[in-house]
Amino acid sequence: MIGLTDIEKRFGDNLVLKGVTVTIEEGSVTALVGPSGGGKSTLLRCINLLEIPTSGTVRIGDETLEFRPGIKVSTRDIQRLRLQTGMVFQNFQLFPHRTALENVMEGLVTVLKWPTERARERALALLEKVGMAHKADAWPATLSGGQQQRVAIARALAPSPKVLLCDEPTSALDPELAQEVVDVLGQLASEGTTMVMATHDLRLASKIAQEAVFLDAGVIVEKGPAAVLFSNPQQQRTRRFIATLKQEAEKEGGGESSGAISP
Amino acid sequence: MPHWLQLMLDSLPTLLWAALIFTVPLTLLSFAFGLFVGLVVALVRLFGPKPLVAVVRFYVWISRGTPLLVQLFLIFYGLPSVGILLDAFPAALIGFTLNIGAYTSEIIRAVIGSVPKGQWEAAYSIGMTWSQAMRRTILPQAGRVAVPPLSNTFISLVKDTSLAAAITVPEMFQAAQRIVATTYEPLILYVEAAILYLVLSSVLSALQTRLEVRLNRYGGFLEARS
Repeated sequence: MIGLTDIEKRFGDNLVLKGVTVTIEEGSVTALVGPSGGGKSTLLRCINLLEIPTSGTVRIGDETLEFRPGIKVSTRDIQRLRLQTGMVFQNFQLFPHRTALENVMEGLVTVLKWPTERARERALALLEKVGMAHKADAWPATLSGGQQQRVAIARALAPSPKVLLCDEPTSALDPELAQEVVDVLGQLASEGTTMVMATHDLRLASKIAQEAVFLDAGVIVEKGPAAVLFSNPQQQRTRRFIATLKQEAEKEGGGESSGAISP
Repeated sequence: MPHWLQLMLDSLPTLLWAALIFTVPLTLLSFAFGLFVGLVVALVRLFGPKPLVAVVRFYVWISRGTPLLVQLFLIFYGLPSVGILLDAFPAALIGFTLNIGAYTSEIIRAVIGSVPKGQWEAAYSIGMTWSQAMRRTILPQAGRVAVPPLSNTFISLVKDTSLAAAITVPEMFQAAQRIVATTYEPLILYVEAAILYLVLSSVLSALQTRLEVRLNRYGGFLEARS
C-alpha cells in the first residue's frame, strides 16, 4: 500500500500542494488528472522524492518517511524509499550512451550490484515483455519515441519496484506511438502492477486506471473509481475539465484514435 | 647533402631525446594531474559549500589572470625566498598542473551543466546515489562534449612546455637553444624545433579525431536532437 498523508509542497512562496492525502492499494492503477500546474506531476514526484515534500508523510509498503519544514531528511532514507519505486518520464530520459539492454541493466548492476549475467537475463526478459527484445543492442537515438518509452518502462521495472510511477507517459508521442505504450501499460496493469500515473490522456486513463484523482490548484477536488469520475463527475470543476478533455480528443483524432491532449 | 639538412639530422637525436624524457612526460603528467584538479574544482564550484567555492574561484582567477611564464618564475625562483626549494622539473610540473587545472575546471563545469537535468532524475529514479549518477550517467555524457575544448587545452600545453626552458628544464626547446649556442645556426635549429612541436600536436589532433568518432557513436544527447 502507498499512503500519502497531508502532503504540502512549497516552491518559494508558491504552495503547489496544499495538504494532499491519497491512499493507493496494492495492485491498483490510479490516474492523477487535472489541469497543467494543478500539482499532479509534483504529487507524483513526491512519491519517489524527486521532489521533497515540505511537510507530510510518504509511506510505501513498510517504509515510512515523515517530512517537516526545516528538517532535512537523510539521503539514505530517501534512497531507501526511492528504491521501492520506478519512474517513467514524459520524455523517456533513456541514458543515450547506453544501449537499450544496458539501460535496463543499469539499475540492477550499479545500484543492486547484481552480477552482469544475471542482470542481462532479467533485462532481456523485461525487454521481451515490452516487445523490445529485438532492439536490445540498439542505441536509444535510433529508436522511435514509442520504442524508447517501452525500453524506459522496462528500465523502471527492472529492480522490481512496489509501484510504477508514470509522468505523462504518452504526452510526447503521436497517437499511433502512444498506442504501443498504452498497450504495454495495460498489459502490466492486468498483471497486477501497482501504478500511479499523471496524465492528460483520457484514453490511457480510462483504459487502465481503476481509481482516479482530480487535482486542481494543489488540492484534491474529487476522487473515486475512474469509470465514475470520467463519465459522471460530481463536482462542477471536474465536469468542466473532463468535458474539455473529451472535446479536444474529438477535435484531434475524431474521438477514436486519440485521447491525448497536448498541454 | 646541404649543410642545413646535415645539421638538422645531426641534432635530431638530441632534440628527440629531450622531447622523450622531458617534453612528453611533462605534458602528459601535468595534463593528467591538471585534469584531476580541474574536475575537483569544477565539482566544488557546482556543488560545494560557499566558502570553498570562493577559494576555488580565487584560484581560477589568479591562474587565468597571470602569465604562465610569471607563474613558473614565481614557483622556481620566487618560492626559495620563503624556504621552498624545488627542482626545475617538479616546479614546472606544479606550474603547468595548476594552470591546466584552472582552464579545464571551466570546461568541465560547463559540460557537466550541459547534460539535461532529466538525466539526473532518471539516474535517481532507478535508485542511484549522487556519486553513482555522476560517474555512470553524467560524466560519460559530459566527457563526450568536453573532448574538443579539452583537446585545445592539451595541444596548447604541448607547446607551452617550451616555457619550462626558462626555468632550466632541459626540454626540447632548451636542447635546441644549447645547440644554437655552439653552432650559431638559430634559423635552422628553431625551424627544426618548430617542426617537431608541429608533429607532436598533429599526433594529438589525430587522436582527438579518433576519440570523437568513438564517443559519437551513440549520437549525443537525446533531447538536443528532438
